[in-house]
Amino acid sequence: MELRINGQTRRIEADPDMPLLWALRDVLGLTGTKYGCGAAACGACTVHLDGQAVLACQTLIGDVEGEITTIEGLGTPAAPHPVQAAWIEQQVAQCGYCQSGQIMAAAAILAQNPDPSDDEIDAAMQGNLCRCATYPRIRAAIRSAALRLGAG
Amino acid sequence: MARGFSPGQPRRGGLARAGRIARRSLLIGSVAVAGGVAFGAWRYTRPLPDPFADDAETVALTPYVVIDAEGITLIAPRADKGQGSRWVQAALIAEELDIDPASARIEAGPVSPAYYNRALLAENLPFLPTDQGWLARNARAASDIPARLLGLQMTGGSSTVPDGFRKLREAGAVARETLKEAAALREGLDRTALGTEDGHVVLPDGRRIPYADLAVEAARIEPVTTIVLRDPAQWRHLGKPMQRGDIVAKSTGTQEFGIDLRLPDMLFATVRAAPEGGQARLIDDGAARAFPGVHSVTAISGGVAVLAQTTWHAFRAADALVLELTGPTDRPADSAAIWDALSRSFEERGHDSRNRNDGDVEAALAAGDGVIEAEYRVPFLAHAPMEPLNATVLVTDSACHIWAGTQIPDFVVTHAARLTGLPQTAIRLENPMIGGSFGRRLELDFILQAIEVAQSVPGRPVKMTWTREEDFAQSRPRPAQIARARGRVGETGIEALDLTIASPSVMSSWFGRVWMNPPGPDISIVAGAWDQPFAIPHFRVTGKRAPDLAPVSSWRSVGASSTGFYLGSFMDEMFESAGIDPFDGLLRACNDDVSRTVIDEARRLCDWRGRQPGPGRGRGVAFCLSFGVPCAEVVEVEDTPQGLRITEAWAVADIGTVLDPVNAEAQLSGGMLFGLGHAMNCQITYADHRPEQQNFYDHDGMRLPQCPRVTTRLLENGPVRGLGEPGLPPAAAALANAIRAATGQRVRQMPFADRIRFA
Ligand code: FES
Ligand code: FES
Repeated sequence: MELRINGQTRRIEADPDMPLLWALRDVLGLTGTKYGCGAAACGACTVHLDGQAVLACQTLIGDVEGEITTIEGLGTPAAPHPVQAAWIEQQVAQCGYCQSGQIMAAAAILAQNPDPSDDEIDAAMQGNLCRCATYPRIRAAIRSAALRLGAG
Repeated sequence: MARGFSPGQPRRGGLARAGRIARRSLLIGSVAVAGGVAFGAWRYTRPLPDPFADDAETVALTPYVVIDAEGITLIAPRADKGQGSRWVQAALIAEELDIDPASARIEAGPVSPAYYNRALLAENLPFLPTDQGWLARNARAASDIPARLLGLQMTGGSSTVPDGFRKLREAGAVARETLKEAAALREGLDRTALGTEDGHVVLPDGRRIPYADLAVEAARIEPVTTIVLRDPAQWRHLGKPMQRGDIVAKSTGTQEFGIDLRLPDMLFATVRAAPEGGQARLIDDGAARAFPGVHSVTAISGGVAVLAQTTWHAFRAADALVLELTGPTDRPADSAAIWDALSRSFEERGHDSRNRNDGDVEAALAAGDGVIEAEYRVPFLAHAPMEPLNATVLVTDSACHIWAGTQIPDFVVTHAARLTGLPQTAIRLENPMIGGSFGRRLELDFILQAIEVAQSVPGRPVKMTWTREEDFAQSRPRPAQIARARGRVGETGIEALDLTIASPSVMSSWFGRVWMNPPGPDISIVAGAWDQPFAIPHFRVTGKRAPDLAPVSSWRSVGASSTGFYLGSFMDEMFESAGIDPFDGLLRACNDDVSRTVIDEARRLCDWRGRQPGPGRGRGVAFCLSFGVPCAEVVEVEDTPQGLRITEAWAVADIGTVLDPVNAEAQLSGGMLFGLGHAMNCQITYADHRPEQQNFYDHDGMRLPQCPRVTTRLLENGPVRGLGEPGLPPAAAALANAIRAATGQRVRQMPFADRIRFA
């Protein structure tokens, strides 16, 4: 089976019923995407499918058609995406475990709506749980990223 | 690509060999390591064998600073559960060593009793945390001894900062001065003529020698232990906004957590287990074994494990196991029976503790009427850290290698040795970055399970990961409690307050699992209540130890997570009944200057104008001193058509010295929001001995739309303290008090969402 991930074509031998989350983590070694609940209840596994935020734990690889972007493909420590740069500047992460998913969700909204209102941010980020409750800085980082993207 | 967490194996061999020097008298010493020098603490006693020494008489050095050809490595021995403690520990060393912490490698260090945690024990003594009298001071100093005897390398109780504040800076200063001495000898100069800057010794003529060039010479001389710590006014890194060392990795998906570990030839596993103390019986594993990708099914103590080629294969097959999981016969099976047992404890159980008994409460409450009474209830709550619990283990004939995020490495080593029959020196434990704990990683269960699973495939590493459902099923929750309060208030303030708390004991439950059940009262039941800095003429706090009801454990801020709610709510009820402004009432009751300043600052910060700042809006304030940190919080709620909304929250705490302001602010805010979210939304209930909640859809804490605007302030008037927990205890009471002000309804039972419709 072939998947398009972060701009590359990856061949994998796997059951089409395998959720994308586990294909990424355990087969391809892309561990930046996290397992948190496996039940669409936390958002830790959020990736982009053709630019839309999707839950990798709910997406079976047999059903994937399109380009997948994971946190590793969004940006790198040397060249972070503007949303990642805002996350770094605001020092959002505490334990950091949820943050790949938070960043992917935020990047997807901002790509569609460069200047979201508070309510739009609330609605879009509702599915992403942060047990450390870093929400005030998540809000600040989304605001700051919106400015960066607007300026860029 | 397979990659382990590698705290420098070759270097450790060097340490074990070189460390056999009888230099017991020094606290901070040095030894040569391959190509360099290590500075650290000498081991005092040997309650647990040193993992890298095979000789019982060896005196070993446990390093904090290692300088060699690879550069400078700082060892931060306390677990980082996401609170940034690894970074603060490194910054403490770096400040005195005179290097930029960002330029050093930071490692977790080996398991060693030399990293004993003295602050944790100091807070468990029966002295008021504000008591700086000689008896209290001496008792705290003496708690140094049992901490050493126990060899506790433990992270908890916000103890990382107070514990390391001196020790780590001293290690850095000894290293700096010894490097200067090495340079002085080489150049024929006097050490006092030399300076240091950014990882270099600076000579009088301006030449700069990198520390690494001096490492080998420094290892040959006696370490300089006559040192003077830097005046905080001259700190270059501490106290200034710093970028945490892990921020970039945690913002780019490149931070490796324990769950991300990959080793060659590794198997993936998961476990289904019975409730603690219960039995697991495998009825049929045919369907599970029939799935492709399954390696084996194996029985472990109290459960069954599936080993497979990926985590998903293991999860899917485990779902197909037919098991009979039964609970322990000596515990109540469901929540109704648990509440009943708690309620009966008031009559049936003697006093477990009565550390506070000022004046004569009985007489004061018997005289005349006007006595107020209230009963409060808090539910069990799960830790549910964001990273599902996991551990990777490789067992061979001669060794057991464990990768697991833990707050109690010493206990892991002793239990692993017992389980495998290997000597403790054959247990190697690596403590990777932890994706949250909130106290859950003070438990051993998941690690011991992983060891048993790995024993079924000797020579092959196995990563055991719990499903989120198993994490909830294996909750080691905060105890459910009932508290009864009586009091009387006069025009000038509270005259009498009698608080009795019935709770199962965290101490006997937890210690019983990891070590042995210690004698004596469980102070955690009343912590956050008996020790409050209130001069109430008649003030009594009683702990009632309920029987063992569920496998309870330390949950962020431990006892104060509940007692802060009782006292903060009941005092507000009393003030209100007497028409006293809650800030006036708190300030009048408080007899500790540091705490009074905190309360006063909270009033100023929120621009307090009473309980009802506007129509449909209410404000509440609460105060709690926990882990030595006084903290006051104000919450504002608004009644909206969608339901009640928390619009704003303010928190003020005094932590003595703010070492890492950006992170401390996040800790205070995070603690408060954790307290608010769980008070509103969460509970663990039991049916048939098992938690009924299964995943984040029925126990999540708080989500972004419910998060208020947060303002924090950190004060620096008291002794140096950590802030991982003290932000939590006042939160629930501040919210309950605000709800009362906005709606007239008094909530005395969590979760508040059972009674209040939140937006
Ligand atoms: S792991 Fe996919 S939503 Fe939680
Ligand atoms: S930072 Fe820990 S769960 Fe979000």
